[in-house]
Amino acid sequence: MSEISLVEAVCLALHRAMTEDSTVLVLGEDVGVDGGVFRATDGLFRQFGEQRVIDTPLAEASIVGASIGLAAQGFRPVVEIQFTGFAYACIDQIINHASRLRSRTRGRLTCPMVLRSPAGGGIKAVEHHSESPEAMFAHIPGVKVVIPSSPARAYGLLLSAIRDPDPVIFLEPTRLYRAARGEVADNGTGMPLGACLTLKQGRDLTMVSWGAMIKETLEAADKLAEDGIDAEVIDVATLKPLDTETILASVRRTGRLVIVHEAPITCGYGAEIAAQVAGRAITSLLAPIERVAGYDTMMPYLRSEGVYMPSVSDVIAAARRTMAYS
Amino acid sequence: MADERSDGSVTRVLDADGKLVGQLPEFARDVNELVRLYRVMVLARTFDTKAVAMQRTGRLGTYASSLGQEAVSVGAAAAMQPDDVFVPSFREHGGQLWRGVTLQELFLYWGGDERGNDFAGPRKDFPNCVPVGSHPPHAVGAALAFRLRGEQRAAVCVIGDGATSKGDFAEALNMAGVWNVPAIFLINNNGWAISVPRAKQSAARTLAQKAVFAGIPGEQVDGNDAIAVRAVMERALERARRGEGPCLIEALTYRLCDHTTSDDARRYRDDAEVSEHWPAEPLTRLRNYLTAGGHWSKESEQTLQRECSEAVEGAAQDFLDTPPQPASAVFDYIYQDMPVGLAEQRAAAIAKREGAA
Repeated sequence: MSEISLVEAVCLALHRAMTEDSTVLVLGEDVGVDGGVFRATDGLFRQFGEQRVIDTPLAEASIVGASIGLAAQGFRPVVEIQFTGFAYACIDQIINHASRLRSRTRGRLTCPMVLRSPAGGGIKAVEHHSESPEAMFAHIPGVKVVIPSSPARAYGLLLSAIRDPDPVIFLEPTRLYRAARGEVADNGTGMPLGACLTLKQGRDLTMVSWGAMIKETLEAADKLAEDGIDAEVIDVATLKPLDTETILASVRRTGRLVIVHEAPITCGYGAEIAAQVAGRAITSLLAPIERVAGYDTMMPYLRSEGVYMPSVSDVIAAARRTMAYS
Repeated sequence: MADERSDGSVTRVLDADGKLVGQLPEFARDVNELVRLYRVMVLARTFDTKAVAMQRTGRLGTYASSLGQEAVSVGAAAAMQPDDVFVPSFREHGGQLWRGVTLQELFLYWGGDERGNDFAGPRKDFPNCVPVGSHPPHAVGAALAFRLRGEQRAAVCVIGDGATSKGDFAEALNMAGVWNVPAIFLINNNGWAISVPRAKQSAARTLAQKAVFAGIPGEQVDGNDAIAVRAVMERALERARRGEGPCLIEALTYRLCDHTTSDDARRYRDDAEVSEHWPAEPLTRLRNYLTAGGHWSKESEQTLQRECSEAVEGAAQDFLDTPPQPASAVFDYIYQDMPVGLAEQRAAAIAKREGAA
């Protein structure tokens, strides 16, 4: 089996989903003939045609709005919003309609749609192209929020997201689109949503992250191992609904927790994890919870991007602080 | 009706007095069809009256009456096929009743119970859209769904005049035009968006003109003339079913009521203006036409009023007798599969309820 990139894995999952279910549609800007600006929908137009791979007008809110209409009438639309910074235009449709159609109609109409969007920084992009709004989406009742961190997880999680009966926000780490490579078995097997993934087992401390920052977190764990510190690394993968138990079980064993994310620290999703752990496992904690996160600033323009992005050494430093605490 | 909002080419069949001034459409040659239009409009008005009274006495939530605008949604619904999909705003109870939403469901909805949206009749119709003008894209998606499946169905979306200022309306119209989908957008131009008059909503001469930007047909109809609304809607729906695409229709009517029961229109609107519009309201003119043709009498009116009253009173009582949903229902429709964390909250909410009881 040859290695493929994360964006190729996304594309592979879309091919698989469209092949197995004729109600799956792909909509978005440039997703058709062009195959998506990142090539996430490459080849779909040729294989499935313009009826199922739809180049939309440049109107994010209505791409999502029309997908709600499609979903309510029997289709499974997979929307691509070209960059997450443009997904803010869809928030009204997501909050007021997609997320609550099932509840408002007591299950008569539902919204099985996926909103895919490349998210996160570190790609030296122009402004508005490096957003990490996962906590905003995770705050919305009725949606699920999923972020893959490897090609295999992108493939498996996206398949499950498309098959899910409810709306799923699927944030793809742009920084890993080509950087993350791995083997993917194209066997149509989905990975369960709502389950954290323990990527590395460890005794001494628990490190929790998601998306692109998994890369820094794993690298930090390797460096810490050289010094005899055995870190467990958990990929949250599904932020909503959160698999609290996996995180709690780990922290109860290690007693130490470092949370790593790229989004601004205040009200970031790390705050929710910290609160869950503090509320349910505080007596297991041997040290204060550490959060390694972005600053409460906008993502700066590309020349200053490095100032903002949490680094491997930030994660190592946080881990050492928790280890040194007594 | 002289109306500064019209461009002089408003489709009208009956004038304000109920005299035939236009071409009588085919369906209108069947008096039963006209009586049916009239009956549902009267039922809608009876419901409105009761709903406002119930809100005033604390038995219903904030309520948006459709007083004076009954012909818009009833005329539209009458033009639709049962398997078309209605995408209403929140003043379309008349149309909803025509399509088989029950009075009981309307009371449940406005009384604050989600079961009111679980229509037993039109299963695929959308519920009301309260965030103004955010629903036209849903009609585009629904219409695209029909076209992709090769079905002869259409989506009918009703929006207010205020909603035509929204981006989603413009986006949806544009998208519907590009995709040439069977979606009809019907503007209930009642002259007011809460306190903002039509003139402050848009510099466009007519709202129907907004179709031009999307490259689709737009036209105006007398929104107080149920026959005309139905006729224009039937033509638009036929075109849509033939694959000739979407259409924007501006129905000129007037909001004889407050915006909702939370509003006091006297703060911004002269009573004189309202009085001026009363003679053009839709029920009287259709009744006058039926009466002049010998198809309606004082007795038939009394019978109809009594029937509507009984139906509405009965449904209101049924609503009041319906126990609220259990606490668990708050949680049971958020996702198809209940997440663990939500299940814990559900259990806690139930326990709290039981503890309080």
